[in-house]
Amino acid sequence: MADFLRGWRHSQELRLLAVIAAMGAVLAVVTPGFASAQNLMDMLTSSAFTGILAVGLLVVLIAGGVDISFAATASITQYVALTLANQGMLGWPGVVAVAIGLGGLLGVINALLVTTLGLSSIIVTIATQSLFYGLLMTFTNGQDIFALPDWFNAGLHWGIHVDAQGGEQALNLQIVLLVVVGLLTSWLLTRTSIGRQVFAMGGNPEAARRIGFPVFRLNLLVYGFMGAVAGLASLVHAQLVQSVSPSALVGRELDVLAAVVLGGASLNGGIGSVSGTLLGVALLAVLQNGLTLLGVSSYWSQLCTGSVIIAAVVMMAHQQQQTIHRKKAALT
Amino acid sequence: MSATPITSSLLSSLQRLIGPVNQRLLALLLALSLLFATTAGPNMFSAGSLRSMAFQLPELGLLALAMMVPLLSGGLDLAIIATANLAALTMAWVLTHGLPNEPGLAWALWQVGAVLAGLTVAAAVGLLNGYLIAHLRVSPILATLGTMTLVKGIAVGLSRGGVISGFPSPIVHIGHGTVAGVPMALLLFIAVAVPVGIWVARSPLGLTIALVGSNEQATRYSGVDTPAVLMRVYLTSSLLAAVAGLVMMARFDSANAAYGESYLLITILAAVLGGVNPMGGFGRVGGLVIALVILQLISTAASMLDLSQFLTLSIWGATLIGVAGTSALRGWWLRQRLLRA
Repeated sequence: MADFLRGWRHSQELRLLAVIAAMGAVLAVVTPGFASAQNLMDMLTSSAFTGILAVGLLVVLIAGGVDISFAATASITQYVALTLANQGMLGWPGVVAVAIGLGGLLGVINALLVTTLGLSSIIVTIATQSLFYGLLMTFTNGQDIFALPDWFNAGLHWGIHVDAQGGEQALNLQIVLLVVVGLLTSWLLTRTSIGRQVFAMGGNPEAARRIGFPVFRLNLLVYGFMGAVAGLASLVHAQLVQSVSPSALVGRELDVLAAVVLGGASLNGGIGSVSGTLLGVALLAVLQNGLTLLGVSSYWSQLCTGSVIIAAVVMMAHQQQQTIHRKKAALT
Repeated sequence: MSATPITSSLLSSLQRLIGPVNQRLLALLLALSLLFATTAGPNMFSAGSLRSMAFQLPELGLLALAMMVPLLSGGLDLAIIATANLAALTMAWVLTHGLPNEPGLAWALWQVGAVLAGLTVAAAVGLLNGYLIAHLRVSPILATLGTMTLVKGIAVGLSRGGVISGFPSPIVHIGHGTVAGVPMALLLFIAVAVPVGIWVARSPLGLTIALVGSNEQATRYSGVDTPAVLMRVYLTSSLLAAVAGLVMMARFDSANAAYGESYLLITILAAVLGGVNPMGGFGRVGGLVIALVILQLISTAASMLDLSQFLTLSIWGATLIGVAGTSALRGWWLRQRLLRA
C-alpha cells in the first residue's frame, strides 16, 4: 500500500485528480446544478464516446504508434451496423458483433500497412483515414440516417433509481460500455502477458523483437483492438444522438488524442494508464460542463480548452526535464 | 551507347539535380497525365481546365509549405490552419474597419497594413509554438495541438463564429485575378515557394534545419544554437500559414475561424508523398510541388469524370499508400537479390 501511494504521489493521475477535485469543488459551490446526480450522469453519458475511443487510442500509444483513422472507422461501423439493423437483419447482439468485427477488420488493415510500408503510423493512418472516410462519403452520398429501429432508440437501462425529486437515474448503455471497456483494457494492459508485451514493444520495439516477442502479431492485436473499440464507441454515439451522420465524427481525432495525452500517455510509447486517460477525458468534460453552467458563451469555451491543454503539456514537459536531470545527477 | 560523353554527363548531372525521389514522382505524374488524357475526355488539359487547376493549387500548396518546414526539422505544426484563419480574420477585420473610401495612397497603405497585421498575429503564434517546443521542450505535436485549439478558440471567440467579408479590389484580385492569363494566387505561390525552396536546400539555416531534423542532440553538441533554429522554423511555418490565409480569404471573399480544416492532415499527406521524411532531415520543395500537382491532377480528373470530391480524398490516401507500398516492395526485392548474390 505504501509503495502504491509513493508511486502515485508523483503521478499524472494524482495531479489530474487534484485539479478535477478542485474544479469540482468550486463548481459545486458556485453553481447549484453541477453536483446533482442528474448532471453527473449526463456528463458521464455524453463523454462515454470520447472516453471509449480514448482508451482504445491509449493502447495504440502505449504500443508506440498513433492512430488517426479511428473516427473514420467509427463512422463506417456505425453506418453499416445500423443500416443492416434498419433492414431488420440485426438485433442488439448482431449490431454489436458487426460493429466490433468491422472495426477490428479496418484496424487490422491499418496494422498490416503500418508494419509493411515502412512509414510511421501517424502517416499511414492519415492516409487510411482519407481512404476510409472518402469511400464512406462516396457510397453514402453523405446522407444521414434519421430513422433508427425503435429498440435501438430506446436503448438499454439497468438499475433504475428514483431520487427525491422524482428524477430517474439509470445505468445506460453509454456508461456501462465505458466501464466495461475501461476495466477490460486496464486488466489486459496490466495483468496479462500480452499487455506487458505491448508495453515492452512501445518502450523499445527493437529490444522487444530481439527478445522474441511477436511484434507483428502484437501490432495486429493493438490496431485491431483500437478498431473494435471504435466500433463499440460508434454505437454509443449513435444511440446517444439517435441518428447516424457519416460526417459527424471525422475531425474529432485530435480532441481524443489531446485527452489521452493529458492523461499522461507518452507519444513515444511505453507509458500510460487507463485511469489517467479517463481522468484526462474527465478533466476536459468537467471543464466544458462547468463553463456551460457558469454561463460562459460557447464561443469562448474552445479558448479555455486550449489553455488547459497547453498548461498541461508544459507541466508534463517540465516534469520530464526534471526526471532527466535527476537521472543525470544520479549517474554522476 | 550512342550518347556522347558530354550529353551523358549532362544527363547524369540533370539526374542528380532532380534526385531519385523526384524522378519517381515525375514518372508517376507523367503516367497519370497520360492516363487521364486518354480517359477523362478532351477537356482534361484544355486551357480552361489548366487555369482552374492553377487557381486551386496555391491554397493547399502554401499550407503544405507551412507544414513542410517543421517536418524537415523533425517536428510538426498542427496549428497552421488555425493560424491561417486567425491571420485572415485579422486582415479582414482591418480591411473592413477604417479603410479610406477613395482609392489613393492611404487606401493602398491601409491594405498593406492589414496584411502586415495578419502576418504579425501569425508571427506571435509562431513564436509561441517555437517557445513551447524549443525552450519548454514540449513535443511539437502536443505543443501545436494545444496552440491549434487555443488559436482557433481566439478566432471563434472574437469573430463569434461569424464571417467577415467585403474586401477592396486589390485583395479580391489575389484570389480571382490573372496576370497574362496566370492566376495571381499561383504567382504568389511561386513567389513564395521558390525562395523557400532555395532557403531550405541552399542556405546555412536551411541545412541546419535538416541537421536538427536528422539528429537534434548531435547538432546541439556540435555547437549549433538549436533552440534558435527551432524558433525560426515555427515562425516561418506560421508566416507561410498567414500567406495561405490571405489566399483563402481572397478566394472565398470572406474570412472565418473554421475554413479549410479538412486541409490539415492533407498537408502532411502531400508533404510525405513529395518525399519529405516525416522523421525529419530530408525533403525538397521541388518534390512537394510535384506531389501537389499530382494531387491536383487527380482531383481535376475526378471532377471531369463526375466522381465525388470524397472519392478524390480516397484516391489521395490510396496514392500515398501505393507509392509507399511500391518503394517498400522495391526495398524488399533489392534485399532478396542481395541475399541471393
